[in-house]
Amino acid sequence: MTEAHIQVRDLTMAYGDFVIQHDLSFDVRRRDIFIIMGGSGCGKSTLLRHLVGLKSPARGCVAIDGVDLWHVSQAERDAVLRRTGMLFQSGALWSAMTLAENIALPLERYTSLSAAEIRDLASLKLALVGLAGFEDYYPSEISGGMKKRAGLARAIALDPEILFFDEPSAGLDPISAKLLDDLILELRDSLGATIVVVTHELASIFAIGNNSVFLDAESRTMIAGGDPNELLAHCDDERVQRFLRRGELPA
Amino acid sequence: MGDESVGPAGDRVVRVAELALTPFAPGGISLRLRGRWTREARRPSLDEALEILAAVPRAMPVRLEAGALEAWDSTLVVFVRDLQRRLRTQGRELDVGALPEGVRRLLSLANETENAGVAKRNRRAGWLTRIGEQAIAFWNAAADMLDFVGETLLAIFSILARRNPMRWRELAYQFLRAGPSALPIVSLISVLIGLVLAFVGAVQLRHFGAEIYIADLVALGMSREMGAMMTAIIVAGRTGASFAAELGSMQANEEIDAIRTFGIDPMSFLVAPRVLALSLAMPLLTLYSDLLGMIGGALVSCGMMGLSFPEYYNESVASVDLVDFAVGLLKGSVFGVLIALAGCLRGMHSGRNSAAVGEATTSAVVTSIVAIVVADSILTVLYDALGW
Repeated sequence: MTEAHIQVRDLTMAYGDFVIQHDLSFDVRRRDIFIIMGGSGCGKSTLLRHLVGLKSPARGCVAIDGVDLWHVSQAERDAVLRRTGMLFQSGALWSAMTLAENIALPLERYTSLSAAEIRDLASLKLALVGLAGFEDYYPSEISGGMKKRAGLARAIALDPEILFFDEPSAGLDPISAKLLDDLILELRDSLGATIVVVTHELASIFAIGNNSVFLDAESRTMIAGGDPNELLAHCDDERVQRFLRRGELPA
Repeated sequence: MGDESVGPAGDRVVRVAELALTPFAPGGISLRLRGRWTREARRPSLDEALEILAAVPRAMPVRLEAGALEAWDSTLVVFVRDLQRRLRTQGRELDVGALPEGVRRLLSLANETENAGVAKRNRRAGWLTRIGEQAIAFWNAAADMLDFVGETLLAIFSILARRNPMRWRELAYQFLRAGPSALPIVSLISVLIGLVLAFVGAVQLRHFGAEIYIADLVALGMSREMGAMMTAIIVAGRTGASFAAELGSMQANEEIDAIRTFGIDPMSFLVAPRVLALSLAMPLLTLYSDLLGMIGGALVSCGMMGLSFPEYYNESVASVDLVDFAVGLLKGSVFGVLIALAGCLRGMHSGRNSAAVGEATTSAVVTSIVAIVVADSILTVLYDALGW
């Protein structure tokens, strides 16, 4: 249960010479809901792009299940990443395909299931996110919140072991955001997946997170980590406290 | 228990899931799931399960058991959900209480929302309907095209009347992209067209010892026809397509909606500068192409046919007058306006997804080329009637 699922060691992220964050080291344990938090522009999304293999580190390593993503061949890296799923900020659904086709694409690529089985699986995934019956809709025909849920259905198409979320509740009303949080918890419990979430929604952070890393924009490195509720109660770093209390320091 | 090794290599494992019936007290029946119920495994189909259960009296409660289940994924959830539904239509209930907790939670999550109001739309209509829809779409497209031309004219007038500001920088930028940036490709194509014209003429004219008239042929051919035509085709593929792709992606990203929300008219903001820039750039490119084509002709005549350059030059100058160039330049300007209109029209009317942007681009180039050839025919007949 407490074995490390994702290991990050001495990670330095940079665009060219511009260092975003340096010397990040943390573990995401199996079945964690791991929060990446920090102020805007501190590199949260960039860190996520490193974890899902979209960007290679300037220094250091990112390992999933003990496989260092950037010290193996492209084929091995793809095999590891196939066991992960990612929900992009605005869904990133392929706009020229229906919702069912969006979910079917990875299933067609990586399984030998029949067309009917794939269709059934796609319907199940849509039903899981509350979109039963929307199989033949195009992304442009549904609302923003629905796009996000459809993106989640696509992310869980291959029953991933790790799910990455980039600001899942951004742009959602509080009730939808809460429902999405519940869904994340439910999927963690039922699929047994490890979940990594980039967010700065305090309500979400405290409701679902059980582990975290806090990135600081100024010093360009991590300044805290662990259970967010513990951080709130015991962390004595002013920057972390300010963030977790919406700018107000405890008296 | 479910695993068995097969295959000549011996390394491929076929994983199998199985079903079995066992009675349980009092008077119930268990459908036992065994083995690895995963995507890669050979799994019993829904029909097999229903067949097994068909032998069981209807009144008997059916329970799913998973004591010997080694692994599962979403395919099991699909199977149980389908089985549940099918049994329900037979008036039977399926007890899933003994399944792993994850399966039960996913089942209840999937069944939570039914979205009863969402109709699954039939995407395949009858052939007659489709022909009718195509005809209506064609008619609407023709009307849209006229609308668009009118709106563009109004936008340009509104700029001339100073009701909308002229975006000089944008005009300059679009002119730069459409004109000077196209010079290398226009040079190459024009020289080659000049070469080809000279060759085709030379084959015939040599029989009469009239090689000198190659110069006339190339000069007239380029200035009246080929300069404008070839430039237009290059520009349709280069600039027309880029207008459609650019405006189409702006449409898809809601950027054009954003322009509208500020009360800015996208026609005068986006379309007018492009149309003006291209109608300025096209005649200049045409003139350039005429010149390069004649150089191409000179290469063949002087290099291979034994003419001297002064001879060729003098013959060229004598054969064409200003009207011939004016005729070509007018064609070029018309083509420029048509290309810009086609590109902007397809871009502005593009759908909001990535495939639609591709279609808009294709359609812009096809529309441009059709319009160019049709306009060329009309103009040629018109010039003939006018005696130009």
